[in-house]
Amino acid sequence: MLITCPYCGPRDVIEFTYQGDGNRERPQPASQDLDAWNAYVYDRLNPAGDHNEIWQHSGGCRAHLRVVRNTITHEILSTAFARGGHKSADNRAEGRS
Amino acid sequence: MAEPHLPERQSPLEPEYHPGSHGNFEHGVDVILSETRPGSILQLAAWPGEEKRLIEVIRKVTGLALPDGAGGGVNSGARAVFGFAPGKFTVVDEAEGLAQAFAGSITPAIGTLTDLSHGRTAIRIAGPKAEWVMAKFFAIDFALPAFPLGAGRSTNHHDIFAQIQRSGADQFDIYVFRSFARSFWKALCHASEEVGYEVQ
Ligand SMILES: [Zn+2]
Repeated sequence: MLITCPYCGPRDVIEFTYQGDGNRERPQPASQDLDAWNAYVYDRLNPAGDHNEIWQHSGGCRAHLRVVRNTITHEILSTAFARGGHKSADNRAEGRS
Repeated sequence: MAEPHLPERQSPLEPEYHPGSHGNFEHGVDVILSETRPGSILQLAAWPGEEKRLIEVIRKVTGLALPDGAGGGVNSGARAVFGFAPGKFTVVDEAEGLAQAFAGSITPAIGTLTDLSHGRTAIRIAGPKAEWVMAKFFAIDFALPAFPLGAGRSTNHHDIFAQIQRSGADQFDIYVFRSFARSFWKALCHASEEVGYEVQ
């Protein structure tokens, strides 16, 4: 599996660390909204198909990336710096930074 | 007045550094391995949006003009600079004291400077089979069009993080953590046996 880092170019997956579901919406640290925290910790789309994910190029430039990966084929549909704008699989997370 | 007596810097490779020809060299050595021992190895990082200002500071202090683009770099022999991550650069000088030369130029508004002179070891591999040996170590493209002269790459070899700069058409400089350098060096020597190597 190859992931194309926006900085380093195509690299083997062994250079990357998975950092979880990219659809999660982290509540403000001071938030006491238990439903929001519950959703952040437990709710996952778990799609059979395109999935928003956060990866870190830990064995390379160490940038955090937004990656859209197909969970059935492992095809990488897009990669972008997590800091900037990004393409999402289902538009749910569009516009977040 | 007498020169100040500075302690001589020890090489972490010392017990495994054996100058001479090794391996399958009956038909000549196809790579030359050496430790370049630069006096200064710095890591510079720009805050978001400050990259251009940092590149300008690097040009003023070192005289090296960074080319545009990810992983771009330049190597003048005595000095070298390359990008290894977004907004981050490795700057190397044969001489000691480069950190002091940058002091005052990299303001807190622009970014940060970390002196890694004692934390990294610089290993050079040169020769007609340098690309071949490197390709056994790292899963990146070492062909000249994909990895141009002066360019830098961040990657790793069995979890040993490495920054690599192409410092010649058939020459690469590898920067590894000093604490892993001897292990990496031994592996590089083993990998070079098949082509015949000389340690200088
Ligand atoms: Zn990268």
